Amino acid sequence: MTNEEGADAVSAPSRVPGLTRREVWLRRQRRRGILIASVSTAVVLTVAVVGITSASGWPRVKQLFFNGERFKKDFPEILGYLWVDIKLFLQCIPFILIWGMTIALCRNARTPVLFPLRAFAAAYTDIFRGIPVVLTIYLIGFGVPALGLWEGEIRFLGLGGDVRSVYLWGPVALILSYSAYVAEVFRSGIEGVHESQRAGARSLGLSQRQTLHHVVLPQAARRVVPPLMNDFLSLQKDVALLSFLGIIDVFRRAQSIKDLRGNYTPYVVAAIIFLCLTVPLTRFVDWYTARHRRRTGGTVVA
Amino acid sequence: MSPKVSIRNVRKSFGTKAARRTVLHDVSLEIGEHQVVCLIGASGSGKSTLLRCINMLEPVDDGEIWLHGPDGAIDLAEPGLDPDPIRRRIGMVFQSYNLFPHMSVLRNITLAPTKVLGKSAPEAHATAMELLGRLGLADKAAAYPDQLSGGQQQRVAIVRALAMQPELMLLDEVTAALDPVLVGEVLNVIRDMRNDGMTMVLATHEMGFAREIADLVCFLKDGVILEAAPPAQLFSEPRHAETRDFLARVIASGRL
Repeated sequence: MTNEEGADAVSAPSRVPGLTRREVWLRRQRRRGILIASVSTAVVLTVAVVGITSASGWPRVKQLFFNGERFKKDFPEILGYLWVDIKLFLQCIPFILIWGMTIALCRNARTPVLFPLRAFAAAYTDIFRGIPVVLTIYLIGFGVPALGLWEGEIRFLGLGGDVRSVYLWGPVALILSYSAYVAEVFRSGIEGVHESQRAGARSLGLSQRQTLHHVVLPQAARRVVPPLMNDFLSLQKDVALLSFLGIIDVFRRAQSIKDLRGNYTPYVVAAIIFLCLTVPLTRFVDWYTARHRRRTGGTVVA
Repeated sequence: MSPKVSIRNVRKSFGTKAARRTVLHDVSLEIGEHQVVCLIGASGSGKSTLLRCINMLEPVDDGEIWLHGPDGAIDLAEPGLDPDPIRRRIGMVFQSYNLFPHMSVLRNITLAPTKVLGKSAPEAHATAMELLGRLGLADKAAAYPDQLSGGQQQRVAIVRALAMQPELMLLDEVTAALDPVLVGEVLNVIRDMRNDGMTMVLATHEMGFAREIADLVCFLKDGVILEAAPPAQLFSEPRHAETRDFLARVIASGRL
């Protein structure tokens, strides 16, 4: 703020009927903020557009990536495969939640008899979080069917098909990988419940199992929702990795059109389709997290 | 007077063998049925640990803690003893209330009676409402803990413990976290419990209250009961120099 403005503010305190001095000041600040934000956005966008379109390679990039004619033709074609991604995503979620929770509970097991389970859970999360998802997909998606252990069909909760099908082992690979991340989310949620809650429950005579069931897990569930939704957001994108196994989804279809026409516009189409899916989900996660924080942060003590 | 709890030569330490910190040295104490025993002393003197040992929230290293009941006496210091059947006979109230924030007041109170004692929901409900009514909290049954004042939360925590119909109540600095104007309502509840004949052990910093309510006051310092006497004697003619020193400091800080 310059001296002139400061002097102005002191000498002429604008009075608006029905508003406090602070409200008047806040209103002025807000208007100024909006103005500055709009101007700077316009400047940045102009510089970016001018900079990119004036590059020497732009006409070629425009022809290869942003071809309007191809866009019109390819968009409906690729959009038709969106349900494949959504279906695979939705099929994986229940399995990830169940398996992730199982691993988390194994890791929290304290009795000596259950030590093997604890060791298994620790090794499991280390291994699957340590391997790139795409590698897990290759190893499981191609490796397990190649073993040729069984023949026939497996169907469970809408998942499955022929036991050698990539439509079975691809999602299984995603489930195994994501369960490791989700297990860690659950574990930190369980450990985040304060020790005094356990003491309160145990002092009433509730057993360890009852304490977990009635006191610890319900409170952990609330605090794991935001990080859990973050994991599912990245799962939504990683479903596209299954196309490496030959599953035809948005990404795979875009790739085959690209191969056929020698134009990259289908990739841009695929990117836009994924954004239409993930941006609303991201906004929802942010909104939910903010609401969650308000609710749990606003403890009232009279 | 028949005994309720007999504590004999209890020792308790925390930490590993390399860095051991002993919090209770050879503590012995006799708590009679319907008696109120107050544990006083500076923070870290072992008051809370002693209470937690009686409720088996902390396992003791050595010594005996006999809980006398209608079916004879049980040594709570016995290593490997299942704590759950013991804890349902002993109520405990904590400094930080430890209410379950995701449950209504009523559910906080009825959870253990239904799940642990196997009472029917209507029966547990009726007991809870009766106790809440007696403590002037009947209109809070549907509220959640974070909608209550500290004093109300602590009274709900007391009701939650009482709903198990315990033979003994352990109160761990139950007014220490409260706004001064809310302390009175909790102390009134404790007075009422005393008049109902409840056996109680309190760790407390409220010296005036201890003086008024206790049958026996124990002064702890560094994990040792230095002096145990009826309040009239302990507060007026403390025998031990350390007790005199402690009380002088309490008086100097305006809390007695």
